[in-house]
Amino acid sequence: MSVRRLAANQPESFAFSPATLKEVKVWIAKYPAGRQQSAVIPLLWLVQKQEGWVSEPALRVVAETLSMPVIRVYEVATFYTMFMLEPVGSHALVQVCGTTPCMLRGAGDLISVCQKKFGNRDHKSADGKFYWQEVECMGACSNAPMAAINDFYYEDLTAETFEALLDDFAAGKKPKPGSAIARQGSSPEGGALVLLDPSLYDGTRAKPIKTLPNAPPKARKTKAPAP
Amino acid sequence: MVGILEDKDRIFTNLYGLHDWGLEGAKARGCWNATREMLAQTPEWICEQIKDSGLRGRGGGGFPTGLKWTFMPKQESERPHYLVVNADESEPGACKDREIIRNDPHLLIEGCLIASYAIRAHTAYIYVRGEYVHERERLEAAIKQAYEAKLIGKNNVHGWDFDLFVHHGAGAYICGDETALMESLEGKKGQPRLKPPFPAGAGIYGAPTTINNVESIAVVGSILRRGAGWFSGFGRPKNSGIKLMAASGHVNKPCVVEETMSIPMRQLIEEHFGGVRGGWGNLKAVIPGGISMRMIPAAEAEEALMDFDDLAARRSGLGTATMIVMDKDADLVKAIARASYFYKHESCGQCTPCREGTGWMWRIMERMATGEAEMKEIDMLLDVASQVEGHTICGLGDAAAWPIQGLFRHFRHEVEERITNYRAGKPHVQGATLRAAE
Repeated sequence: MSVRRLAANQPESFAFSPATLKEVKVWIAKYPAGRQQSAVIPLLWLVQKQEGWVSEPALRVVAETLSMPVIRVYEVATFYTMFMLEPVGSHALVQVCGTTPCMLRGAGDLISVCQKKFGNRDHKSADGKFYWQEVECMGACSNAPMAAINDFYYEDLTAETFEALLDDFAAGKKPKPGSAIARQGSSPEGGALVLLDPSLYDGTRAKPIKTLPNAPPKARKTKAPAP
Repeated sequence: MVGILEDKDRIFTNLYGLHDWGLEGAKARGCWNATREMLAQTPEWICEQIKDSGLRGRGGGGFPTGLKWTFMPKQESERPHYLVVNADESEPGACKDREIIRNDPHLLIEGCLIASYAIRAHTAYIYVRGEYVHERERLEAAIKQAYEAKLIGKNNVHGWDFDLFVHHGAGAYICGDETALMESLEGKKGQPRLKPPFPAGAGIYGAPTTINNVESIAVVGSILRRGAGWFSGFGRPKNSGIKLMAASGHVNKPCVVEETMSIPMRQLIEEHFGGVRGGWGNLKAVIPGGISMRMIPAAEAEEALMDFDDLAARRSGLGTATMIVMDKDADLVKAIARASYFYKHESCGQCTPCREGTGWMWRIMERMATGEAEMKEIDMLLDVASQVEGHTICGLGDAAAWPIQGLFRHFRHEVEERITNYRAGKPHVQGATLRAAE
C-alpha cells in the first residue's frame, strides 16, 4: 500500500469549466440510472486534466455532482495512484517506470537523469517546470525502458535520448511520443519478421463467407428471450 | 520463416500498427466479416464452438472461456446481463493487450458483440487501465466508427441491441483482479470481493456478469469465422490455440508476436526475439509469463514449452506468456527485490497477510540483495511467503510469494554466497558484538 494524503495548501474553491462539464455529462450517461457513482474515477481524471492536480474542494464538487458522500470520493482519490494530490510542474509530469522489466534494461539510468536534473522524486523541480516520479509497471515492457510524460509514452530510451527529450519539454516543445529508436510500435528492432504475406492485406480475408464452419444446417435465429 | 505460425493463420494482422486501424482497414483484413451469420446462430452454438476451440482465458488464469460463458443464467431476468472486458493490463512484463487496443480495436469490438450475444448481454464495458491514454482514445474512436456504421448500438445491422462503453482506471494493479475491477467500475476503491457469489451470479451492480481478458474476446470472431477445429489444431491438447507472446529484459530484439501455443521457449526466444544477449549460453533464468510466475533456470528454459501444462509441471506458469529474460549479468536478487517492492506498493491493504507480508518480504529481499541479511532469514522469508500465499481474498498474495519462491528454489546458493561474502572480513557482524561483550 502507498500512503497518500491531500496537500497541506488547498485552493478556496473548484469549478468545472464548460468544456469539462460537457465531458462530465458524457461519462455519467455511460452508466445505468442511479449508478452515476461509477463515473467517479473518470471525473477525478477530468479534474486533474483541467487543474493539473486533484484538490480538496474538487473532491467536494465531484461528490456533489455524483450525489455520493465526500468520504467515498476521498477514498478513491487517495487509493488510485494516478491522481496527483499536490500541484505538479508547469511543463511536464515525468513518470519513469522502475519495475523489473524496465529496471533490467536500464531504468536506473533514467532515474539518475531525473535525480540530477530535477532533484528528489515526488517534488517539483527548482524552476517549477517539472515534477517527477518513479512509477510501477506501465505496460510497455517490450519497449523498455520508458517514461510517461504528460500522459503519453516515450519508449526505448537511453540516458542521452531521455535527457534530450526533457530538454525539449523544458523549451516548451511537445516531442512526438513513441519509440526513441524509430521502432514501429512493438515490432522488433530492424523491422517486422512476420506479417509479411501480402494476401493478409489485399482484401482476401474480406471475401464473403457462405457458411460458417460447423454451422448447423438451416440455422434459424432464435428469438431473443423476452426481457 | 521464423517460428511455427504461418502468416496466413495470424489473427492480429495489424499487430505492429503498420496498417489502418480504422473500420475500413479492419474490414479489409477480415474483421466484421460474417458477423451477422454468427449472430444468426444460437448463443448455445457460439459457446459450444468456443469450448471446442479449446480457448483458455488469456489474462493469465487459463480458465476455458466457452465454459465461463455457460455459467451465465440462460434467461435474462429483471437484472440485465453484463460483459466486462479486462483491459487493465498491469502485470510487469505484460504488454500484449495494448497492441490489440491500439492497433486492432475492431477485432475487440466485434468480439464484444459476439460474446455479449453468447451470454445474452446488451451492455458491455471495457475497463482500460488509466495509463493507456492513447490506447483509450484510439478505442473510443473505433467504437464511434462502429456506432456510426450501425455495427453496434440500438437497432444495429446484426439484430442484437448492444451498447459498448469504455471505462478507465487510475493506476491500480489490483483492479486486474476481476472482483476488484467490478468494485472499481462501481466507483469504489479497488478492493477484491469474496467469492462466492461469483460474477456470473452477482457481478457489477449485483447483476450477472462475465469478465474476460481483451485477448480472449478479440480472438472470438476469428475462431468462429475459421472454425473451432482450425484454432484447436495449434499447440498440444488442452493448451490449444494461438496466442500473443512477448519478451522484455535481456533479449536482443524485445517485441510482441503471435505464435502457436506450445512453441518451445528456446525457439521463441531465438527466432522471434533475436536471441539472448550474448548468446543462449549467457542465459541465466526466464520468468515465463508476467513477473508473478516463478522463474525457471536456463537448463529448464532449454526444454520448456510455452503452454499452461508444461510450465505448471515446472512449477511455474504460462500467465500472460509475456516473458522476462535475464542473462548472466542480471542481478536476480535485486530483480526480485524490485518485484517485491511492486507488490508492496500495489497491495490494496484489505487482507492482513498481504498488506503486512508484502512489506516484510520486500524489506528482507532488499537486505538479501545487498547481502546484509542473516542466513537464517532465508527460511524466515520463505515461511512468510508461504503464510501469505493462499491466505488472501484475491491472487495478489500468491503473486507476491511466487517470484520469491522461484528465486530460492533455483538460486538459493547465490543468495547464501552473497550473505557469506558480505560478512567475509567483517568481524563485527550483527550479534557478534554482544557475544564478545558477555
